Amino acid sequence: MDHKKNFLSGMRDGIPIALGYFAVSFSLGIACRNIGMTAVESTVMSLTNLTSAGEFAALSIIVAGAGYWEMALSQLVINLRYMLMSAALSQKLAPETPFYHRLLVGYGVTDEIFGISVNVPGRLDPFYTYGAVAVASPGWALGTCLGVVLGNVLPDRVVVALSVALYGMFLAIVVPPAKKDRVLALLVLASMAASWAFPLVPFLAGISGGMKIIILTVLISAVAAVLFPVHEEKGETAEAEPCHE
Amino acid sequence: MSETYIYIAVMAVVTYLIRVLPLTLIRREIKNVTLRSFLYYVPYVTLSVMTFPAMMESTGSQWSGLAAFAAAVLLAWRGFSLFSVAVAACVLVFVIELFIC
Repeated sequence: MDHKKNFLSGMRDGIPIALGYFAVSFSLGIACRNIGMTAVESTVMSLTNLTSAGEFAALSIIVAGAGYWEMALSQLVINLRYMLMSAALSQKLAPETPFYHRLLVGYGVTDEIFGISVNVPGRLDPFYTYGAVAVASPGWALGTCLGVVLGNVLPDRVVVALSVALYGMFLAIVVPPAKKDRVLALLVLASMAASWAFPLVPFLAGISGGMKIIILTVLISAVAAVLFPVHEEKGETAEAEPCHE
Repeated sequence: MSETYIYIAVMAVVTYLIRVLPLTLIRREIKNVTLRSFLYYVPYVTLSVMTFPAMMESTGSQWSGLAAFAAAVLLAWRGFSLFSVAVAACVLVFVIELFIC
């Protein structure tokens, strides 16, 4: 593998992620400032956590002065989806990938970096993920920091517009394979429909966004795995080589 | 405010463990077809679930979000890069909201 080339292409694909992160973390920074966190605290939090939903939820726990176990539990539930992503990524890495690479890749398992990492053809070179992290993680931290320091200088319109960058990117990841594969197309549509309908079901309405993502991901992927098992050549985005059965 | 740093440490440790355990514990290729299929479908399902309808709720007006969604799907369908699809969605939201918000 050409690590340098992969690192650079990771950086290139990391740019839209960094832009989207910047917008979201800027508003996170404003929220941090509102509960009295300093720029340094907020930046340290963003650098060590790199998770939007988790950090937003953490603010309400910090401001309430709630217990540390409560903090741990909330992060566990909100970020549990990363476990599924990490499991999927474990199959994308070459089996002989050394331990330290796995530890480092783990830091970068966010919705977005995961999204582009599973999207590379064939095996994942950890350096591709590092390239993306090298651009996206500073974007996330810098946005948080500036959000605290500058508060409301950046016009709301710009922040709002930037916030759809992440979603645009997700669509750019799921749509092209769905175009080629009817099962994936069906799955994408079903997932969106279920996601939309989920809060309309009375007893599900109170479930948090993070939990909703986990429940639907496990449910829909499991049904799809049973109904449409993936054999050999089809798994081109997930797998470069045919599986040996 | 050192208490804040304890909170930050707790959340960082929990979040990192969630991310790193499967990557380090699952070292071999999974042979079971159903499990492999499950993990193959996870990214598509999870990204779809996260995008819709959240994209409509992230903007000032759900119509600008919906327009950005439609444009992004169209451009992605035509094979445009991640970056151009993302930028087009942002620009569209900005322009539309100049008029309706």
